[in-house]
Amino acid sequence: METIPLLTIIALFITAASSGLIGSFALMRRMTLASDAMSHIALPGLAIALIFQVNPFLGGLAALILGSLLIWGLEQKTKIATETVIGVVFSVSLAIGSLLIATDHELLEALFGDVSTVTHLESLIGIGTGAIIIAIMLRIKDRLTLSIFSPDIAKTAGINNSKLSLAFLLLFAINIILGLKFLGVLLMGSLVIIPAATAKNLSRNLTSDLIASVVVALISTGIGLLIATRYGLDLGPVIIAVSAGLFFISIFFAKNK
Amino acid sequence: MAPTIIKAENVSVSFPSGPAISNISLEVEKGDFLAIIGPNGSGKTVLVRALLGSLPYQGSITWMPNAKIGYVPQQVDLDRYVSLTLEDFLKLKVRILKLKPGAVAKAIALVGLPEKILKNQIRFLSGGQLQRGLVAFALLGDPDVIFLDEPTASIDLTGEEKIYDTLHRLQDENRLTVILVSHELDLVSKYASRILCINREMICYGDPSLSLKKDVIEKLYGIKAHVHTLN
Repeated sequence: METIPLLTIIALFITAASSGLIGSFALMRRMTLASDAMSHIALPGLAIALIFQVNPFLGGLAALILGSLLIWGLEQKTKIATETVIGVVFSVSLAIGSLLIATDHELLEALFGDVSTVTHLESLIGIGTGAIIIAIMLRIKDRLTLSIFSPDIAKTAGINNSKLSLAFLLLFAINIILGLKFLGVLLMGSLVIIPAATAKNLSRNLTSDLIASVVVALISTGIGLLIATRYGLDLGPVIIAVSAGLFFISIFFAKNK
Repeated sequence: MAPTIIKAENVSVSFPSGPAISNISLEVEKGDFLAIIGPNGSGKTVLVRALLGSLPYQGSITWMPNAKIGYVPQQVDLDRYVSLTLEDFLKLKVRILKLKPGAVAKAIALVGLPEKILKNQIRFLSGGQLQRGLVAFALLGDPDVIFLDEPTASIDLTGEEKIYDTLHRLQDENRLTVILVSHELDLVSKYASRILCINREMICYGDPSLSLKKDVIEKLYGIKAHVHTLN
């Protein structure tokens, strides 16, 4: 693997940190499977943007925002399990996106990411956007936690559950886009969920849970980066393999065994 | 005359399966203790959720401006993955409402929970401990009105007495308004200043001495009343 520019490495770590933070709340919200599947909806957007020769990540972002609005709408209007709908809609997205993408190289890059194609501008945008996601999440974390715990109780504390839910889903979608170049649509959801699941095994309270999730995401990314660079492997799969390894180790230290 | 905390007129809630409650009206003044009674499935929780604005309804509900509300739900749907401690949970409200740091200690003392339990994760609390924690959460921030939906179902007799004595004291001292959903007619007759009996529609509403009569209870529950009634 070629040397990765420092700016890209910073963007990668910021993405890992924001993914860890978002992941904790996604798990609280019971979006474990949905988080993984949701990243797949970026694929048709990437494909359509490629066809029209627009920056593919704008297409992916548009598709993910539409996907977030779809989930939010379903949650507001129906009581059916969100994961059921997401499982169906987003698997179809993966199939359609794969059919639309013309070349194998483009498809592989969309599915698994390619850190060597990240430009300086994209890194700068990634760093700024990741920092904004982290800042917003830290600002809304108390209201979001209470809203997930009990929407009725949250309402009596003056919280608008519907708006908060939409804000979280949009932050989630933007966070997925941040990681697409590093991990691709297949693996980005895993960087959101696996560190958060690992943290749940290790934490004693809410604060330690959030910190552990971010730290595990950062450690997975750091070790993954070292291994991928040292042995010339693809970055995305190595990061996810490391985070999965940490998850299995964490099971032995689980606080609720 | 005490200010009106909440006034509901002809409130109805319907689900796709049919009407849940029809034409319920009530008016609760500051310092009142309203008990809502009725058999299982009679729409008590639906009414409370409509009053809180959590369910769409027909009719009108008018709240006192800027009323501070506490709510103790019948149950919370806890995921095993939530590693929230009781302290985390209570401090959420302290930070959201910008309350004083000592508010948590005061609230758990009011419901008779020891401070050491604050460090326990909510998912590992007993049913009774969780319900007391929920009551403590509702009391944080000195609400004008507290809704309790069968709050003592999992609590032992001593704990139950402690909670009702506390509510009664706050009602006397701070003119706390209490709206309680309960099956326990003994408690209702002891503490309530008004009773609302519903079985999807309004069966009775008013003074307990007039409402908790044998014929009303029999009509409400569809059985012979043996105990609890005032005549």
